[in-house]
Order: sequence, then C-alpha cells, then structure tokens
Amino acid sequence: MRIFGYKPSLSAWIGIAIVGTFVFAALFAPWIAPYGEADSVSETWSPASHDFWLGTDNIGRDLLSRLIYGARTTIGVALVTTVLSFILGTTAGLLAAVSSKVVDQFLSRFVDVMLSIPLLVFALMILSMFGSSLGTLILTIAVLDSTRVFRLARSVAMNIVVLEYVEVARLRGEGLPWIIRREILPNAMPPMISEFGLRFCFNFLFVAGLSFLGLGIQPPLADWGGMVRDNARAIGFGLPAPIWPALAIAMMTIGVNLIVDWILSINARPSGASAEM
Amino acid sequence: MLRLILSRVALGLLTLLAVSVLIFVATEILPGDVASAVLGQGATPETLAVFRHELGLDRPAYIRYLEWLFNALRGDFGVALTNKRDIVTSISPKFDNTMFLAGYAALIAVPLAVGLGIVAAINDGKWIDRAANIVSLAAISFPEFFIAYVLILFLAVRSHLFPVLSTVFPDMSLGHRLYVVALPAVTLTMLVTAHMLRMTRSSVLSIMSQPYIEMAFLKGLKRSRVVFVHALPNAAAPIITVIALNLAYLIVGVVVIETVFVYPGIGQFMVDGVTKRDLPVVQACGLVFAGAFVILNTIADVLAILVNPRLRKAR
Repeated sequence: MRIFGYKPSLSAWIGIAIVGTFVFAALFAPWIAPYGEADSVSETWSPASHDFWLGTDNIGRDLLSRLIYGARTTIGVALVTTVLSFILGTTAGLLAAVSSKVVDQFLSRFVDVMLSIPLLVFALMILSMFGSSLGTLILTIAVLDSTRVFRLARSVAMNIVVLEYVEVARLRGEGLPWIIRREILPNAMPPMISEFGLRFCFNFLFVAGLSFLGLGIQPPLADWGGMVRDNARAIGFGLPAPIWPALAIAMMTIGVNLIVDWILSINARPSGASAEM
Repeated sequence: MLRLILSRVALGLLTLLAVSVLIFVATEILPGDVASAVLGQGATPETLAVFRHELGLDRPAYIRYLEWLFNALRGDFGVALTNKRDIVTSISPKFDNTMFLAGYAALIAVPLAVGLGIVAAINDGKWIDRAANIVSLAAISFPEFFIAYVLILFLAVRSHLFPVLSTVFPDMSLGHRLYVVALPAVTLTMLVTAHMLRMTRSSVLSIMSQPYIEMAFLKGLKRSRVVFVHALPNAAAPIITVIALNLAYLIVGVVVIETVFVYPGIGQFMVDGVTKRDLPVVQACGLVFAGAFVILNTIADVLAILVNPRLRKAR
C-alpha cells in the first residue's frame, strides 16, 4: 500500500497502527468505552478482572474507559495547541523573513529572550497568574511553543526569499501577502510538516506533564497525565494503575516519532531545522 | 579570543536582565494583578485597594520592577504571600537539595552519554549503534513520570531495593543520602543520557565526514588514532554545547521528578507556589531556574570558544 505515493517502512506502519488506534479510540470513545467517563462502578483500585480489564482507579472508575476518554482530551488539546502554535509561529516567522531588518531584529531578539527561559518554568509562571482553565492552558502553551516554530519558519523562509522566483514576483509588482501565500508558503511546507509531528510530540508530553503536576487539564475531564497523578498512590500498594496511562502517553509519542522519522527519510531535513527541547 | 569571551559574557548578562524583565512583566503587568488573583472573585473594590496598597501595587510598574530587581540582587526575594515566611531562607536549603540531585544525575549521565555517543558514532551502522539508537529513541519518547513509576514499581515496591519516597534531612550522612536519592537520580540520568547520546553521536559523525578526516584515513592512519587525535579535538566544542544544553534540560526535568519522589527541592517548591498562587515565590523560583539556564548556556559558549582549535591562537 502507498500513502501519498510513498511506501511506508515497517517502523512507519507500526507508528501508523499505534496512532491510528489511539485516534480511533478518541473519535469513538462513547461507543467503545465499556463504562462512562466519570462513573464509579466498583471499589477503589480493584485489580484487573473480566469486568474491568485494567482494574479501577482511585474512586472506583474503570481505568480502560478512562483511558479511552482520556485519549480524546489529551490528544485533542495537544493537537489544537500545535495547530495554533504553527499558525502563530509561521505567520510571525514568514513576516520576519520578508519584512525590513528592524522588524526582523525585533522579533528575533524577543524570541531569543523567550527561548532563554525554560518552557516549563515559563508556563508555570503564567498559569500561576491566570489559573488553569482549558483555554488558558492551550493559549499559553501555543504562544510559548510558537517561539520554536518561529525560528524554523524564519530560517526556512530566509532561504526561499532570496531565490529568483520570489524576486520575479516582486518585480512583477505582487503584494507582500500574495508573495507569502503563493510563493514562500508552499515551498516552506515540506520541512514544516515533519516539524509539526515533532512539535506535536513535545506539546503532547508537555500537556501530560502539566496535568501530572495538577496544573493542566482539570478534573472531571479524563486525561492521561491527570490519571497518572490520581493513581500515583496505588504504586505504594504494588498496583500498576498509574503505569497504564503513562504507557499510553509513551506509546503515542513513539508512534508519532516513527511516522515523523519516515517522513524525514522521504525529504531530507534542511538546515536550521531543530528538534528543540 | 579574550574579546570574544568577554562579549559572550556581556551578552549572557544582558540576557539575564531581559529575562528578569520578562518574568516580572509576565507575572505582574498582565491583566488581573496579584491582589485580584489572591483575593479571588469575592473581593470588593475597597478590599482590593487596601490589599494593593499593602503589597505596594499602587505604585508605577517600573519602580516596582527596579525595587524587585535590586532586592533580588541583594539576595532578598521578599516574603511568601501565603505564610509570610522569608523566601530566601525557605529556598536556599531546597536549592541545595536540587543541586545535589542534578549534580548526582549529571555525574553519572555525562561520562555515560559522551562515551556511548562516541562508541556509537565510531561503530556507525553496526549493531551497537542501532541498539543505542533504538533505546535512546524510546527513552526520549517516554514521559519522565513513566520511567519514574516503572522504576518505583519494580525496584522499590516489589523488590524493596530502594525507598519509594526520597525524603532527605539536613543531618543525613552522605552515603545514606546517595542511597535515598538514587532512584530519582537514575530516572533523570536516563532522560538526559538519551538526548546527550544522540546529539554527541551526530556531532561526532558530522566531524567524521569532513575532508581532513578522509585525508587522515588516506594517509593510512589507524582508525583509533584518527578518532582520538583528529576528530575528537574538533568535536569537543559541539559536545560541550550538547552537555550544557542537557544540563539545562536536567534542571527543568527536575520539576516533575521531584514531584514524583516527593523530594524537597526547588521544583516542588515552585509547583507548590503555583498551586497556591503565591506570586513572589513563583517569581523567585522562576528567576532561579531561568538564571541557572542562562548561566549554563553562557558557560557552554565560553568553553566552546576555549576548546575550539581554530580559535586557539590569536592571529
């Protein structure tokens, strides 16, 4: 089978299978999950059994059902964040590449300062100010993450702006928005697509980490990071309850990474691209 | 070369200043100030005004910033909002704990990662390189707490080799402390080793594809001599940058790991501050983290200039 005219490698197929399963679970959660998202159906931390395949959590909710619903929130939030961050970062990056030197310098130096504060620390500071609602969470991570996207978009666009066909478009008298949309953006796309996968992984882990700290997605919504936090004490009794959601997070990241690796092997990475932490 | 180093240090100081402005702006000037954040929805305009005056929030922002900065430089971060304790006295033992944990992890991780990275690069494409590649890709994809809980479940709960929680006291003996902190340190080590290994490998590999290395091979030199005499001195600069980057990452990774193991460090202190919306505490911790981050990066750049063979002689 071919996807977009390319034949996926074995590891790419594994990645597609993993991501496909989770996305399927996220889309059809209410139909697949054996129990409700917030229903207490058994005792606290009952072991895995025929009725509850992975056992139950700290207030007797079915872990498997929570995992399936959690796919929805966790993947959804990370996806929305990444899309937003790419819209912001790419717009600013392309703008910096085509604008005057002053604008470029201003944006670049500002981003440099933003980059010299660890993301997690920055996010913690902003969340302490606003409290953690879903909207603030998405907006905060998207804005912080867009600084990384900005760097790549700018450096890719810088290499395109100097090419002849852009010069031709300029001489033809096309406006700046037209040039960005029709000449630069399509040519900047290939490196940005693989970067999208990497940024998604990063944001995904980031959201999960914040939820684990109790500062991300708030209950009663099920999400994988928060599930690890809720069930953390079970580990003291030798129960693997927090391992399952953590494993789901790990599998999802590996899956996306495998797909990204395959896309990267199709088009070699240009200079300036970085899997920044 | 001296000029290069001095300008790099100046740039570092400038970045620190800019970072302090950004931290202040991010937490103080955004809509909804500290007073309304602390008092919440039920606050009347009168209580807000009184509380603002008590905190000194009714003065212009730039004056408050300068005051905050100069006090911070003198080692005074003010008092916590929630319990009115002096922040510096509560931070400093936690800072020592965090440094102990990070240093512990770094001492294991740096030699391990650089060594394995070089071995992987030399054996490019052989099984040892592939194994290192797969294991490190997996370790990068795992969230911190996954590794931590797997280690706790098997090494602490099921086989009782290590304690589940890493509680440390000031008057603990060093040996006991090393034992108690072993699990978080190993978790952190696994996290940064993976990154460092991959980056070391790729920077050595990029040096190995240079023309002068090919020349050395064509001269008929032994592989080990080419690697250690010709390649490594030139790979040292990127490797040092890699190490510093990852030590900076270590500092951030500490936040989650400390929460998992209930380790009394600065990361847990900050998360606590965020949950209680204690702004001065969050600002102070943020400044400490960001400061460590910037200082590490500056040191890395200076070291990279110092070891670069091409910059060794002033011409």
